[in-house]
Amino acid sequence: MNGPRIRFQDVAVDFPTDRGPMRVLDGVSFDVHEGEFVSIIGPSGCGKTTILNIIGGFLNPSSGQVLLDDRPVAGPGPDRGVIFQEYGVFPWLTVRDNIEFGLKLGASRVAPAERDAVVSRYMGLMGLADFADHFPKHLSGGMRQRLAIARAYAVRPEFLLMDEPFGALDAQTRSAMQDLLLEVLQAEKKTVILITHSVDEAIYLSSRIIVVTARPARIRTIIEVPFGYPRADAVHEHPQFTELRTRIRDLVMHEYQAQANQAVRHSE
Amino acid sequence: MAKDSKVRHGALIAAPWVALVVLWYGIRESGLFNPALVPAPHAVFAKFGELIQGRLPNDMLMSTRRVVTGVLLGITVAVPVGFCLGWYKGLRTFVDPVINFFRALPPIALIPLVIVYFGIGETAKTVILFYASFFAGVIVMYEGIAQVNPIYVKVSRTLGATDMEIFARVIVPLTVPHILTAVRVALGVAWATLVAAELIAAQQGLGAMIQDASAFFQLDTIYVGIICIGSIALLMDMLLRLATRKLVAWQERIA
Repeated sequence: MNGPRIRFQDVAVDFPTDRGPMRVLDGVSFDVHEGEFVSIIGPSGCGKTTILNIIGGFLNPSSGQVLLDDRPVAGPGPDRGVIFQEYGVFPWLTVRDNIEFGLKLGASRVAPAERDAVVSRYMGLMGLADFADHFPKHLSGGMRQRLAIARAYAVRPEFLLMDEPFGALDAQTRSAMQDLLLEVLQAEKKTVILITHSVDEAIYLSSRIIVVTARPARIRTIIEVPFGYPRADAVHEHPQFTELRTRIRDLVMHEYQAQANQAVRHSE
Repeated sequence: MAKDSKVRHGALIAAPWVALVVLWYGIRESGLFNPALVPAPHAVFAKFGELIQGRLPNDMLMSTRRVVTGVLLGITVAVPVGFCLGWYKGLRTFVDPVINFFRALPPIALIPLVIVYFGIGETAKTVILFYASFFAGVIVMYEGIAQVNPIYVKVSRTLGATDMEIFARVIVPLTVPHILTAVRVALGVAWATLVAAELIAAQQGLGAMIQDASAFFQLDTIYVGIICIGSIALLMDMLLRLATRKLVAWQERIA
């Protein structure tokens, strides 16, 4: 298949409010191709998550359409793994059982004899093997997020949709998680969409960055990241990285300002 | 060290009980009350030894059976009803006031009506205990279910779960701790209600024993009855807590 895997065509979304419909997404069009890593960056509360919710199948656009392999998105499915900022690991299941959860479902049933191998593989990749029989209450934030990624990977999705996945982690853990994600993606290629508000994170991980405006979110610009994969931490020091960071930061700061002005107007 | 801390733990558990007995003797000896009105702990204990060879085992069994039956029936109905109220927010808006109306009525206040409609037999007691357990349990259930984080359902969908799979693999495990809490709350309310019901109309049961004793001014028997009620209720609660620790070891905070 050579066409785009994900295609947004003039998508708009309105949310009902007390004062009538509020537009959160407006005229959004972009394509994502096989194996791309696309980050979406913009001010918080602008509607980035809405974009992800549409691809995830949790929300229908008010107008326009979103195509997944040329077909309109119809509900959530195991072909699209979603990683949420709040992890969503199942507290009543051990690490092992969390990863196994998707393998037992009718949609992606894996024969019992093969489940162990799949679970072990992702526990190993995510550094969770020593905690196989622990409940999530004993895990740190970073480990919970690793578990969420392992669980999503286990059902072999083609897409990985990540909504500020590392936002709740401290800087060191966050940076380690970024490297781990790159490593896992190197081992098993996926088409990824990442929502983030960290400029560094977007540049370090992505092949393309979509900068969106203040609400209603429109596409401000799309930027190609000039670095190939595999990437290492040293790329942070590259002059082009610094240049790109300044450019994107300016764009994003401008939109943050617009969003702040909007908030003031709303409260008046 | 481990043995030391075990001994200390045991001592800490025993301390408040010992203090209660000391206080009891103290009040009796203080002269504030006529000693004839305050039987000594050892006298009550002696009475217990006497009653345990007489009517007491049957009374304890009857009361316990009534409580267990009432709570089982009440919780059996409260779990699905509370679940639906917690899950379907629209439903809750309309049904909530009705539930709160009935919940506010003390079950004891309904005893006269229950006697009119169901007589003074076992059915009447079961009805009152069912009522008490149901309304205590249903509130706990639906408050608990309403607080279930929707992210677990969302995540399950992205992993490919169907509605039935989500119910069996996500909702049920998340419901278990709330059922256990509902049973604990219902047991407390049921014991309080049962004794009141037995005081008014019963020939057997701890409440009846207390009532009979009061007619003959047998204060020591009354004390035995009260201590038995408290002890059985405490024992049941401890068993439930033990079950909770085993069944829902995954919870962040355990009762």
